[in-house]
Amino acid sequence: MTCWETIGAYAFRSLGYGERLLPKSDFTLCQQFTLIGSGLIWNIYFGVLALAFGFFLANALALAKTARSAWVRKPAEWFIFVFRGSPLFIQFFLGYQLFVLLPKNGVELWGITVHTDWLTKAWAGALFVLFLNTAAYSAEIFHGALMAVPKGDLEAADAYGITGFARFRRILWPTMLRLGWPAYTNEAIFLFHATTLVFFSSFPAFRQQGDALYYAGYFADKTYNPFIPYPIVGFYFICLTLLLTWAFSLVNRRLNRHLPSNQRARIRLRPQLIR
Amino acid sequence: MFSYCADPSTLDSTRWMLCYLTSGKHLLFYSSFGTVLLLLAVTAPVALAFGFGGAMAARSHNPGLRLFGKGYTAMVRGIPDIIFFMFFVIALDQALEWGLHQWRCPDWVEPIRNGLEFKVCPAAKVPPSSAPQIWHEVYGFALAVVTFAIVFGAFAANVLYGAMNAVPRAQLETAEAYGMSHRQVFRRVLVPQMWVYALPGLSNLWLILIKATPLLFLLGVKDIVYWANELGSSKTDTFAYPHGDWKLWYFLGLLVFYLAFTRLSEIVLSRLSRRLSRGQATMAGEAMRKAAA
Repeated sequence: MTCWETIGAYAFRSLGYGERLLPKSDFTLCQQFTLIGSGLIWNIYFGVLALAFGFFLANALALAKTARSAWVRKPAEWFIFVFRGSPLFIQFFLGYQLFVLLPKNGVELWGITVHTDWLTKAWAGALFVLFLNTAAYSAEIFHGALMAVPKGDLEAADAYGITGFARFRRILWPTMLRLGWPAYTNEAIFLFHATTLVFFSSFPAFRQQGDALYYAGYFADKTYNPFIPYPIVGFYFICLTLLLTWAFSLVNRRLNRHLPSNQRARIRLRPQLIR
Repeated sequence: MFSYCADPSTLDSTRWMLCYLTSGKHLLFYSSFGTVLLLLAVTAPVALAFGFGGAMAARSHNPGLRLFGKGYTAMVRGIPDIIFFMFFVIALDQALEWGLHQWRCPDWVEPIRNGLEFKVCPAAKVPPSSAPQIWHEVYGFALAVVTFAIVFGAFAANVLYGAMNAVPRAQLETAEAYGMSHRQVFRRVLVPQMWVYALPGLSNLWLILIKATPLLFLLGVKDIVYWANELGSSKTDTFAYPHGDWKLWYFLGLLVFYLAFTRLSEIVLSRLSRRLSRGQATMAGEAMRKAAA
């Protein structure tokens, strides 16, 4: 099998296309690179979608945390506390057990049967847990940024007669994003890193369709040689991290474009590590 | 555990629950919380020492040492730490056995890496295959501790390197003006002052270390996640349990444990931060001075 044939057979193996059987012996570098890269599709899928959905919930939570009414504030505070105070690994386990306990045949709601079995699959269940988790972490970042909005900005808004939602949309929110963006970049990077946990918690890799670390673990198990597959995953993740930093710095530049260059916020990598 | 547990027919539900929660397996489950605390107690100081060494190496004048220090601090930035966990546990084990193999069996001819196998001579096995089960568990735990220490040492090195650079340059210059040597400046001025800058990062690291402990399960140690998984299921490898799938409740218990632990840590760390800020040339220290005056 030449390398091109291997790529043809395994490039989309993690999605269920191509060769059905994973390689069993005579492992080549090409196979390891292709399969692990194919697994990376799942990491990107989980990371991108969880971030995209989580962003909206995080904004809502950050606002709710600043609310005066305890009925709005307390639930948001508790949500953030629970998801930031406990390990993501346990959250995955708990989420999976919860989804498994849902009735198998779906729930009857107003005469319509809502199926629930898809929630026990990794693509939906793990995504849901990751979404809640990143929303909690980002909400804390955005809340901190919201608290750091300069008083003068609000006074200026008042002087111009901008109030209510317009004040939030045009004054508060852009400044909050600008102040919180460097920290949010880190959150995004470590969310992508956290996606490697998915197939090591309860969620099963259906038909051996797993993420990058799943395939690296497969190779390390088969060859009993950790010195090749793990550095390959590492290499892929370094590339992913660089790409992500670049994409987020584009947004950062746009958010800071009205400021003189010496006042702009810089993105610095600060490890938040595992959650 | 209780005498009435011996006669199952007389048990009502509360007494049954008491007996259930004090069964031998459950006592093992409770003691595995001790395993987690032990891991934290051993890892935290060792990781701090590794981090201190890494930060010192990154500041060193020797280019080789500096490169090593910078590489060590940078290694955790782009790569998920779980990859390091998976990697180091096998790699350390193999490195140890390989080293012992070279030392004890110099005239062994068969290749160590033969196809899909990693085979060393029997004398180089760690722990020896004749050792009782407990030593295998201790060895597995020790490997996990070293792995945690290496990875979290890299994180700590990041924090400490930043903290050392944050100490105002004027403080060091003053010390040099008094004629202190490099070593004296480091020991008497830099290190005592850097902790207050390092504390926010280190507290964050401690919370993260707590939240990383369930990964012991992935490293093959029988920790709380293992037991919760085992006891919660309706059936284990050998016995059927007299209850359905209770994993959800066991994991809820773990969730509460971790929430309480991180909350408690946060409270203690904020007190510590206040204590360390006293008398420091920082904003917090200044605020405390004014409040007292």
